[in-house]
Parts: sequence; C-alpha cells; structure tokens
Amino acid sequence: MKHFEGNTLSWQVVDGAIELLLHRAPCNEIGTATLIELERFVAALDSMQKDSHALIISSARKEGFCAGADLRELYRESQPLPLAERLAKLRDFLERIHAVMNTLDAAPLTTIAAIHGVTFGGGFELALTCDLIIADKMSRFCFPELRLGLIPGFGGIPRLKRDIGNAVVRDLLLTGRSINATKAQSVGLVSQVSAEGDALRVARATAAQLKKFDRATAVAAKHFIKPIPHGDLRREIDIFCDLFMRPAVDAALRKFVESTDALPYLP
Amino acid sequence: MSTLETTTEEVLTLAAEHFKVPRAQLNPSDDFFKTLGINSLQALDLLTRLEHHFHIELPDYELQGVSDFRTLAERIQSRL
Repeated sequence: MKHFEGNTLSWQVVDGAIELLLHRAPCNEIGTATLIELERFVAALDSMQKDSHALIISSARKEGFCAGADLRELYRESQPLPLAERLAKLRDFLERIHAVMNTLDAAPLTTIAAIHGVTFGGGFELALTCDLIIADKMSRFCFPELRLGLIPGFGGIPRLKRDIGNAVVRDLLLTGRSINATKAQSVGLVSQVSAEGDALRVARATAAQLKKFDRATAVAAKHFIKPIPHGDLRREIDIFCDLFMRPAVDAALRKFVESTDALPYLP
Repeated sequence: MSTLETTTEEVLTLAAEHFKVPRAQLNPSDDFFKTLGINSLQALDLLTRLEHHFHIELPDYELQGVSDFRTLAERIQSRL
C-alpha cells in the first residue's frame, strides 16, 4: 500500500522516499491508536521498500515531532484493572511497540527523522530508530520519564547508548532535562540542524542524495554499523514493568493526568 | 557587558516579538504564562529561543516555579 491516510498518521511514496507523517493532536502522543497504525505501516514497509531507498518520518503538528507516550491513556486504561492484568496489558503494549521500533531500526532503507519542536520520551525514542536525525533549530529533546518514576520504555536508552557517549546518556536520563538542537548536534545525536521549519526540506534533499548510491551497499553498510541492542532492549522492558507497578508511579501519573496547570506536574 | 536590566529588556523584547504582544504591555514582574497566554509547550519554545538568543544552555529544571520575566532574566544572567 503506497498511500495511507489514518487517524494518527499517513504515508506516501515520493520519488523513491517513503514519507511517514504523524498527525495526531495535540502532539502525536503514542497510544493504542498510533501503535495500531504504526504496526500497519511496518507491515506495509515490506512491499514499499522494494521500490524505495529512504524513509522520512516527520510530524504535521506544529507543536513538534512527538511528545511521547500517551500517558493519559496509559493511566486511564490501566487504573480499573487488577495488578496482574495491568502488568500483562502493559507488557503487551511494550512488546508491540518494541517490535515496531525494531523493524524501523533495521529497515533496509536509509531512514531519516525530520524533527521540529517537542521530541520527548517516546517521540525521542522513535527518532532514535532512524539512521539520521535532521532537526530544525527549535527542536527540543528530552527523556522526562524519571520525573514520573519510570525509565524510557520504547527502546530509547539502549539506542541512545549505541549512538552516543554514556556520560551524555546519563545526563539526559538522570536529570530529565531537555536539550535544544544545537546541543544535540554537539553531542553527536543530530546530524544536521536546519532553519526553523526547514527540516523536512533538508531531509528530502538528503534522501535525494542517497538515491544516487547503490542500494545493496547502503543496506550492507547500515547493518554493519548499526546493530540492534536486543539484550538491552529486553532488559528495558523488564525494568520498565517492575518500576511501573510501584504505587509511586501510580501517584505521579495521576498527578500528571489530573493537572490543569499551564506547566503540568513534572518534578 | 550585559546587566540584569539589559537582559530583562532583551527577554521582554524577544517574548513580545515572538508571541505578537505589544512590548509596552509587558513588564518585568508579569507572569509570562498569563501575560503571553502560553502553555507548557510554548514555554519550552520560549526557552529554546532564549537559549539561541543568549548562546547559553538553560536546563528546564532551573525554571521550575519561575513564572515572571525578571526571575527568568536572572536565571539567564547567571549563565552569561
């Protein structure tokens, strides 16, 4: 399927580049609806990649690329369940989103995240599956999960650890602070910084350049230098599930979900 | 050399221009969430613009509880 228009995302193939566009309001929070359509996308990748050389992931939301997991849905849907069912439902969601992320990570295409604005938590993790991150200068990256008593759960830390130095990983993870595109480029996370609003154009220009290269060579090079950290990814799911079941996380999520402040509760 | 007064003035000017509010309507003691009518995502946008403008890094946890322009300018000044 070369074209798809869903409730949370759409895709099309333009000049040999698959363009996946996130468009769920307010800022592409990843919940069940997005997961289902991402699963549909990775299933369709198999046929699309035969005639494509690149994948560009971007956002149609002016607020940013993606604000992360849909914490409101996570809280609302887990609350009524007994603990064992809550854990089973969470683990199922994590297994499914990891399967999507792993497929994107290993896709035999050169993948580019074209970023703007808020790129937090699960959104940051989605960007980290890509081979290149092209960010407009107003982008902001953050792993805020420790503020809620959690760690990132969509594969972020193993992928960040694969890509950049451990000291930077610790800084982002343990402080929960956000960094801008210039800082992200200086630590090696972002490959190119564009002018405001120009990341997608730069990503398309980059994809056009990649088209000149032999596809089999590009795929071989990618698989040689970008191993998927399967062991750490499995451990991440276990740690996330252990942390999630604590009452402190429940309380933090409730406070976040119930907040009506301009600056939602984040310690 | 920047002083707190010049830094505050630059913060007010930048906020007024970006959020399209007349500069004369903004005062150092104003709550910028209320005066600019912005939410948390727009506050992050303002933070990023300020970081670029002043060529600094300002961790967002330093702005926890900060809602007026003068205190925001003090935090920036401490990084210059």
